[in-house]
Amino acid sequence: MNEPISDETLAHVAQTVLRRDMPLIPSGSIAGNALVVVIAIMTFLACLTAGGALLVARASEGWRSEVLRDITIQLMPRPGDDLDSLVAKAVSAASQAPGVDRVRAYSAVESEKLLEPWLGTGLDLSLLPIPRLIVVHMRDRTGGELPGLRALLARAVPQASLEDHRVWATRIGTMANAVVTLGAALFVLMIVAMATAIGFATRGAVAANREIIEVLHFVGASDAFIAREFETHFRRLGFRGALIGGLSAIGFFFGASTLSAWWSHSTGGEEIAALFGAFALAPTGYLGLVLVGAAVTLLTGYLSRTIVSRYLRGLL
Amino acid sequence: MEIYQRVVTTFLSQASKPPFDETGDRFAGARPKTRLKPPEAASLGHRSENALVRFENVGLRYGMGPEVVRDLNFSVAPQSFQFLTGPSGAGKTTLLRLMLLSLRPTRGTIHIFGKDARALKKDDLTALRRRIGVVFQDFRLLDHLTTYENVALPLRAMGRAESAYRAEVIELLRWVGLGDRMNASPPVLSGGEKQRAAIARALIVRPELLLADEPTGNVDPGLARRLLRLFVELHRLGTAVVIATHDLQLMDQFGFARRLVVGDGEVTIFDGVSS
Ligand SMILES: Nc1ncnc2c1ncn2[C@@H]1O[C@H](COP(=O)(O)OP(=O)(O)OP(=O)(O)O)[C@@H](O)[C@H]1O
Ligand SMILES: [Mg+2]
Repeated sequence: MNEPISDETLAHVAQTVLRRDMPLIPSGSIAGNALVVVIAIMTFLACLTAGGALLVARASEGWRSEVLRDITIQLMPRPGDDLDSLVAKAVSAASQAPGVDRVRAYSAVESEKLLEPWLGTGLDLSLLPIPRLIVVHMRDRTGGELPGLRALLARAVPQASLEDHRVWATRIGTMANAVVTLGAALFVLMIVAMATAIGFATRGAVAANREIIEVLHFVGASDAFIAREFETHFRRLGFRGALIGGLSAIGFFFGASTLSAWWSHSTGGEEIAALFGAFALAPTGYLGLVLVGAAVTLLTGYLSRTIVSRYLRGLL
Repeated sequence: MEIYQRVVTTFLSQASKPPFDETGDRFAGARPKTRLKPPEAASLGHRSENALVRFENVGLRYGMGPEVVRDLNFSVAPQSFQFLTGPSGAGKTTLLRLMLLSLRPTRGTIHIFGKDARALKKDDLTALRRRIGVVFQDFRLLDHLTTYENVALPLRAMGRAESAYRAEVIELLRWVGLGDRMNASPPVLSGGEKQRAAIARALIVRPELLLADEPTGNVDPGLARRLLRLFVELHRLGTAVVIATHDLQLMDQFGFARRLVVGDGEVTIFDGVSS
């Protein structure tokens, strides 16, 4: 029984038999699993909020940049006017204006088509004074060339009115900003709720493992050592929760973008696409979700270490 | 660290001599008949200036209760060996907890390793506890760890790498007869095996002061004697040992040991019979 141990025996024992370096805070408790579930759900919701806000921000950005480059010229028919020649005049005037990229006039038939969704088909619209539309696509979105275009147009076709959608675009921008702000607020609230849950769980674990803490103190463990053990324990739980929640969110966005691409030709698909920009999260967006998960993991460990340290400082 | 290594090597080389071999009972012949000296005067109890533990007029009450112990004056010298005895409920565990600084006295002064216990900061406390080994009456092994991990715990708490202490721990486990129970967790160990694991955990750091509360409470007399020989071995290597027990027969077998008898809240000291 007491013959010296050979190195081979030691190596054998160490590699095949000996269980060692198990976490000092027992893992796999019911409370621990509950915390994983809470963290997973909270991470999932936080990722959805963050991703949703990103989508709206990006969509409104794209939408506004398109809208701001499009300017609409409207020609109201007055009795006795030859609308077609007026349209031709306006088009040639607009084409000569500085900064104009493309000019396209809607024909009478096309204009009537635009009204179809409201008035239905089969109506004879030729008796109605339907305005004609000319869409001018500018080279940039700043609106700097607008006065020139306006002046040229006023000289050529006085009754033409010019609509640059700027008020609209501002409103959409404000809306999008409000949605993003709301998303950020929800995100912060969820992180706070998660931090609170982690705090409760840590205090519970400290109470449940008081005996272990006492023994660790007696065998000469420092407060920092014990706090680190708790941190490791909770970081592991946080990682599991963040992984589940984060992967679910990534899966959700991926599935949604695939589905919306598939659907985009149907009615309704376009409206969703207008709001969320085809649901496609940019690669940086996915990276953001991964970062959220990593942050949750670190936050869990950091919070529990802080709480345990404070508790230990209060002990003898 | 070098000193530590050297001491461990000595310890381990001693380990290969058979402490478990009944025939190696080096006290068998020298076993003294119980002949205790008269009680020391209280002032003599703490004459030593470099005592590991020195109690001065120490009293302790739990909450608002009566004083469990009072006017304690004694000291524990380096490399000494003593039993702490007295009837059940007399205050042995209380006294050990005072020495371990897990209880603060309600009265008087305790010096540990020359430092006033009241003035100790958290870091000092950690450092002091690394010089003290404890065997608790109820063992206090961690149930979710293996026997190996439990015994290695003090070394791990010091931040040492597992590969650095593995051989040491295995050796000690074999020495206390737990070589084939290394992967068992405390709940499946027998009372005596738990006791040996608890003792091994206290010994592994080669403490300067070993406090053991009823370390032979759960084992048969033969094993009790063998375990005690383990403490004696440690004592020979320079550790001061305090063993709480009410096993009179066992104490008689180690008659060279000093005895601190607790009764009626006071400690009476009997010097051991020198061999
Ligand atoms: N935490 C506590 N709170 C209140 N009273 C306590 C506490 N611990 C011990 N006591 C009381 O202090 C007295 C001494 O207890 P202690 O455990 O020190 O005795 P002991 O000598 O170790 O006994 P035993 O030999 O049975 O282990 C007992 O009367 C006990 O009831
Ligand atoms: Mg006791």
